[in-house]
Amino acid sequence: MKVGTAGSKESNDCFITVKESNDTKIIIESIVAAFFYDQIKATIEETLKELEVSNVIVVVEDKGALDYTIKSRLISAIKRMR
Amino acid sequence: MFRSLLFIPGNNPSMIQNADIFMADGIIFDLEDSVDISEKDNARNLIYNYLTDGTTHPSLVVLRINPVDSDFFEKDLKLINCNKIDYILLPKTEIKSLMKLEDRLQKIEEACGLKALKIIALVESAKSIIEIDEIAKHNRVEAILLGAEDLCNDLEISRSNQGQEILFARSKVIYACASNNIISIDTPNTNINDEKLLEEDCLIAKNLGMKAKTSIHPSQLDIINNIFSPSIEEIDWAKKVIELKNINKGKGAFSLNGKMIDKPLILKAEKIIEKAKKYKLI
Repeated sequence: MKVGTAGSKESNDCFITVKESNDTKIIIESIVAAFFYDQIKATIEETLKELEVSNVIVVVEDKGALDYTIKSRLISAIKRMR
Repeated sequence: MFRSLLFIPGNNPSMIQNADIFMADGIIFDLEDSVDISEKDNARNLIYNYLTDGTTHPSLVVLRINPVDSDFFEKDLKLINCNKIDYILLPKTEIKSLMKLEDRLQKIEEACGLKALKIIALVESAKSIIEIDEIAKHNRVEAILLGAEDLCNDLEISRSNQGQEILFARSKVIYACASNNIISIDTPNTNINDEKLLEEDCLIAKNLGMKAKTSIHPSQLDIINNIFSPSIEEIDWAKKVIELKNINKGKGAFSLNGKMIDKPLILKAEKIIEKAKKYKLI
């Protein structure tokens, strides 16, 4: 199974793991999940759509990253997985 | 025109998200020394998405790319497509590397319909100091930054607090820049916890003729901005000179407080006023 990771668990960053799978699944653990879960999920979904990527499990360990940081880490993780 | 440029590591989201609120006149997003080889792609992605996401950005954006002979150079240059970069900071600038960057920029700009990017040349080897006059004449080069740490490594000498060992290099940068009407930028001070040392270092550089300084920590910016700005006394003097110049129209020289004022001092006064306005001191 191909796996790619990117980012860190430092403040304002996130650590993203992407794994090949039979369907697409997004798992989010965030220190700000109570307020931003939907926004983080939307950022992940939009980025996957932009990159035309499906059939992956995306695990986000978020430490308060802004949208562009989440997007950047996801792009890096997908490229590394490939 | 700028006094202070702050280096921000290209893979540090905490610092990048605050880039527009630091007191620096410009931000250098670094893809080179502060980014581990295994994280170059991450840093490139992060800076690109930060610059294109539509939030507020620093008023002056500098991108330090990796050297022209590195594996990362071509990929780093792709970031100019975001059209948000004011200057490329070229590490280890020598005539040969400058020409290679010029060639690549010309091709990318032509292919993508981009405006001509300006370059800040980072001179940090003995060879670059020897070639500095030619570097300063290049039409894209708008500033030269002295990189003293690498230069001292090249010379196999140690840095001192007083900086006698870099006096020649500082002077070469200053004269090359002044004679080509571009900005001389002093090397950063790496002792981030010693404010007195930073102040002395800034004063030495300013009194030699440097026009700006780089910083490696936001806490250094206040001192740098203060020292590289015109003082209240200088601004008061310049205002009086301009006032007397307007009163004495048609006269080549006049006096202020018993001292003769003529063309060179009028030009000096005009530069002080220009800087004071730019930095919102008047």
